[in-house]
Amino acid sequence: MNPTATALRAGWSRGLIELRQTLTNGGDLFNHFFWPVLMLATLFFLRDVSFEQSGFMLGALALPSILGMNAAMGMVTMSQILTADREDGTLLRAKATPHGMQGYLVGKVVSVSGGLLVDVAIFLIPALFLISGLSVGGPGPWLTLSWVLALGLVATLPLGAVLGSVFTSTRSQGLLTLPILAMIAISGIFYPIAALPEWVQWIAQGFPIYWLGLGMRSALLPGSAAAVEIDESWRHLETAGALGAWAVLGLLVAPVVLRRMARRESGSTVAERRERALRRVG
Amino acid sequence: MTTSETVVLDIDGLRMRYGSVDVLHDVTFQVRHGEVVALLGPNGAGKTTTIEILEGFRARSAGRVEVLGADPAHGDEPWRARVGVVLQSWRDHGKWRVRELLAHLGSYYADYSTERITRPWAADTLIAAVGLTEHANKKIRMLSGGQRRRLDVAIGLVGRPELVFLDEPGSGLDPVARREFHDLVQGLADEGETTILLTTHDLNEAENLADRILVLNHGRIVADGTAAELAQRIAGEDQVRWTRDGQHFRHSTTESTAFAFDLFQQYGAAIENLEIRRASLEDTYLSLVHRAESGRYEAAHVNKAEEEVAR
Repeated sequence: MNPTATALRAGWSRGLIELRQTLTNGGDLFNHFFWPVLMLATLFFLRDVSFEQSGFMLGALALPSILGMNAAMGMVTMSQILTADREDGTLLRAKATPHGMQGYLVGKVVSVSGGLLVDVAIFLIPALFLISGLSVGGPGPWLTLSWVLALGLVATLPLGAVLGSVFTSTRSQGLLTLPILAMIAISGIFYPIAALPEWVQWIAQGFPIYWLGLGMRSALLPGSAAAVEIDESWRHLETAGALGAWAVLGLLVAPVVLRRMARRESGSTVAERRERALRRVG
Repeated sequence: MTTSETVVLDIDGLRMRYGSVDVLHDVTFQVRHGEVVALLGPNGAGKTTTIEILEGFRARSAGRVEVLGADPAHGDEPWRARVGVVLQSWRDHGKWRVRELLAHLGSYYADYSTERITRPWAADTLIAAVGLTEHANKKIRMLSGGQRRRLDVAIGLVGRPELVFLDEPGSGLDPVARREFHDLVQGLADEGETTILLTTHDLNEAENLADRILVLNHGRIVADGTAAELAQRIAGEDQVRWTRDGQHFRHSTTESTAFAFDLFQQYGAAIENLEIRRASLEDTYLSLVHRAESGRYEAAHVNKAEEEVAR
């Protein structure tokens, strides 16, 4: 057996172990349920509000968008975990192990995307009972949902890893929240993007959250709902193009940034961070 | 060539410079197969920098470094599989269970077995070897400080390394845990198959664990030898104390027996309360570090040992 294959297999089992840990642990379970439940409450209040004169219900429009947002949040999770793991020395252990970094990264991709699927299910299953006006019969919608989700993860997880390498402490990770919230606000998640000023639309289309939301809406809404989108179309080609471009960018940049970050790790850098963190507490 | 003659670590003219500050000047030493060597020095002497360069975790400024026949700055994965690094854990892998983590980390080494060495170490055997059997199913964050350090050693050993690095192994442990930890390292050393390089600022730790001690001070190796050789070679002064006519005297000398003989010849029975304290390794170490420092800062420093302090 060749060592790279062994490392990939070890990474896979690492991911599954971590996924199991996160699903059998009180604090983590709370985090898994917190956002989906909050979003379900939002949906509950939006379910009877209609969008302008289109006849579409905001609740139905928001459900797939929120799904898209959830998927994009994998980026934030990835980034936070990477920073935390660097701070506490998990990454250094990986570095001290043959092919450990490869195994570590595969493990993270497995556990983060696995956790994400769980989050998506926690939200989607009750939401389907709450909201009417979706088109979810037959395999078509689920097929679209799957490719958008898969491509979305490939587009966002490497970006998350890049962000995680840039921030050096869990504290500075907090800085990331604000721009992410701003991006969500302009991405047509809670209100159709076509109703926003055109320059805001252009900014939003530069980021993957918008495209994930659009792809999800195209999967779960009836075809006529495309009327409230930009160009009154689902723009599948553009979705694949935009997410694909982010994916290529992420996959090109992430290994370089990660390698550079890993190169700097040593016992004393971890000890330094430990001291800084303990001073903060003590 | 027998294995005991194999040079595992070969460091020649190692230098490290951060900005305009030289942390290591010309560090040169060798370590042979099966040796346990301590890099001893005060804080800030450059011990951690040295060991991190050898671990391949830090790039050096200049010099030749060979670890298991390869330059650690370009150590590949098969090289990494032969090296064990005992890291000081803090809160990493807190949700993992002891056996789970060791079995997982061990799996990366499975393809690196050789005819002589089967890799990895089976998790349960290893857990027993470090005395964690009753905690094998505990979550790591529930372990005590001493138990965590033993787990750190287990993680460093899981790939059955030919060479192990230990940075400040005893620090942060209470005396009982420290003794257990030392026994563990000694047990490993006694098998003679593993070469160990450890850093410490604690002389007793170096004396307890190492076959050979390298004293590092201000980025230079100022002494190299066994504990006994060091005590002999850099003869620390014995302390001689006595009273005569109700006055107290003290004298430092390397020839304490001869000095006492002279005293009696000169004053006979007037000498009372004679006390001779032999130079301990600690005195040797302190005078070494002191000498290196005074050589550095005060070239015209008068050697303290020449002074006689009366009263």
